[in-house]
Amino acid sequence: MMTATAKPAALMPKGRPRSKAVRRVREAIIMSGLIGCGLFSIATTLTIIVVLGIETLQFFRLDEVSVWGFISGTRWSPFLGAQKHFGVWPLISGTMLVAAVAMSVALPLGLVTAIWLSEYARPGVRAVVKPVLEVLAGIPTVVFGFFALTVITPGLRWLHEGFNIYNAASAGLAVGIMCLPIVTSLSEDALRAVPRSLREGAYGLGATRFEVAVKVVTPAALSGIVAAFLLAIARAVGETMIVSLAAGNSPSITPDPRNEVQTMTGYMVQVFLGDASNFGPEYYSSYAVAGMLFLMTLGLTLIGHRIRVRYRQVYE
Amino acid sequence: MNNTATPSATARTGRFFKDRLFVVLCLLSAGVCIAVLGVLLASIITQGVEYLGGPLLKNPPSRKPEKAGIYPAMIGTIWICSVCALTAIPLGVGTAILLEEFKPGNKILVRLHGFVQLNITNLAGVPSVVYGILGMTVFVEMFKMLGSASDPIWTLGTTDNWYYIQLPFGRGILAGGLTLMLVVLPIIIVSSQEALRAVPNSLRQGSLALGSTRWQMVWNTTLPAAIPGIMTGTILAMSRAIGEAAPILIIAGIVYITFTPEHLMDDFTAMPLQIYDWAGRPQESFHHLAASGILVLMAILLTFNTVAVIIRQKFQG
Repeated sequence: MMTATAKPAALMPKGRPRSKAVRRVREAIIMSGLIGCGLFSIATTLTIIVVLGIETLQFFRLDEVSVWGFISGTRWSPFLGAQKHFGVWPLISGTMLVAAVAMSVALPLGLVTAIWLSEYARPGVRAVVKPVLEVLAGIPTVVFGFFALTVITPGLRWLHEGFNIYNAASAGLAVGIMCLPIVTSLSEDALRAVPRSLREGAYGLGATRFEVAVKVVTPAALSGIVAAFLLAIARAVGETMIVSLAAGNSPSITPDPRNEVQTMTGYMVQVFLGDASNFGPEYYSSYAVAGMLFLMTLGLTLIGHRIRVRYRQVYE
Repeated sequence: MNNTATPSATARTGRFFKDRLFVVLCLLSAGVCIAVLGVLLASIITQGVEYLGGPLLKNPPSRKPEKAGIYPAMIGTIWICSVCALTAIPLGVGTAILLEEFKPGNKILVRLHGFVQLNITNLAGVPSVVYGILGMTVFVEMFKMLGSASDPIWTLGTTDNWYYIQLPFGRGILAGGLTLMLVVLPIIIVSSQEALRAVPNSLRQGSLALGSTRWQMVWNTTLPAAIPGIMTGTILAMSRAIGEAAPILIIAGIVYITFTPEHLMDDFTAMPLQIYDWAGRPQESFHHLAASGILVLMAILLTFNTVAVIIRQKFQG
């Protein structure tokens, strides 16, 4: 509205160069600036790949590491001992464990809340829950880390004494809370995109609200929901501050979430915070770990994108 | 009569019972969301009130919790977020304009256009700690090819000038700000694109029909109409930048700083880092201090988000 009235005045040639040549040069300059902006994002991706690639190669060129040992090894002890071990599985296992705990909270809770928001909730109730999720989405991750450390961990230890001071469960729960708004809002978008006619058809056949929501709308929105899940998993895998505060720093392969673990992101922080020498193997190992993390999240993002584009049901 | 009606009646009640049960489940899960937020805020407030006050806002960090403050961290946050905003907003809005307003007709360019778009989706998914490592290599060390931060190969100005620049940047404000820029850039691009997409096509057609070039159309018509949306998205992206800790942690590390940064290459610490430092200490009193810091941080974020909401309401309502 505002612009509609402001436009005629703005369009008046206020002493602007009128010559066509000048105008053409100006447009060309602006256009190249815009293309430069577009290229910047491609350059960023390329730089990530080149930097991680080159430094990872440096890492594998060192005497104490081998590619096979890195990919298949089950001991990760870069700082201690005369013999350093660089087998990445403890870090992957820690990452997976935290992500699994997080997803067992975020996925069911997020999906059910999304179904409720899109199919059941009255506008008044919606107006309460939506802002709550928005506030949760806006809370910095370091705050969730603090919450995990000072509230969730003592709570878990109060429930059961077997929990370590730093444990995967506490970090996982906090990561799950962090991922909850992502799952909910993206799933809700997908559910809302399902056309009314499908719902009305099902109601016309005598279905209950539950049957409409779970047997008709959710399957129709499945591609969007799966994409939301994958995005949330990618976020959980890449989350850094929470795990570095609450999950601990001892890489180990364990399925028990009561134990202390170290994730890939946690290791990176440890290296760059610590006194690791700038040219030592532990320094380069962080690039190899970052490369792996990048590949994992890249894969998840691409698969999610593929699913959304490929399996989206188009109703017209 | 009764015999034949019963099975269908139980089936009906069974189905409706399931429906009811699901409503309860839904309410439970929505209740859990609200309860979690409630517990989180309550725990931070109860822990944080102790040290909230003048010393916290005015003092540098200290070994004694009652004297410790986050003043240098606040100034550090302002510095890096200014660098981040000044670089990320032009780049992000420019990219969004390119993607939304200059859609190509040529087949190869359409491919390229799709590729840039996919690439941005991708960048949005890259963990921020990876950006931290990227910033460390590219900005802080400059691939270790340009000497070291203590022995720069090129300088501009002296350490007395605020614009003092050296190559490589070292672990300073500029490196931190630029790294943050990489983190928030995809967010700004995507939200600006959405704002531009929401501008009705009739405005564009009207502008073109009056004889303006494509750029004049964008500058005089599309962009002004999209500004509220772009601002909302940008403010939300900046509040992400204020709270982002992982990449800054990689760039700046945990340093004990009692002075405020004075130039672009100066060492710095930021609010999330200070909170991280305090939260990671074993003493209970430092946890309370961290909670106070969180309250200050959340107050700033709340102000930002309120401004964003007001802009959204005012222009889109």
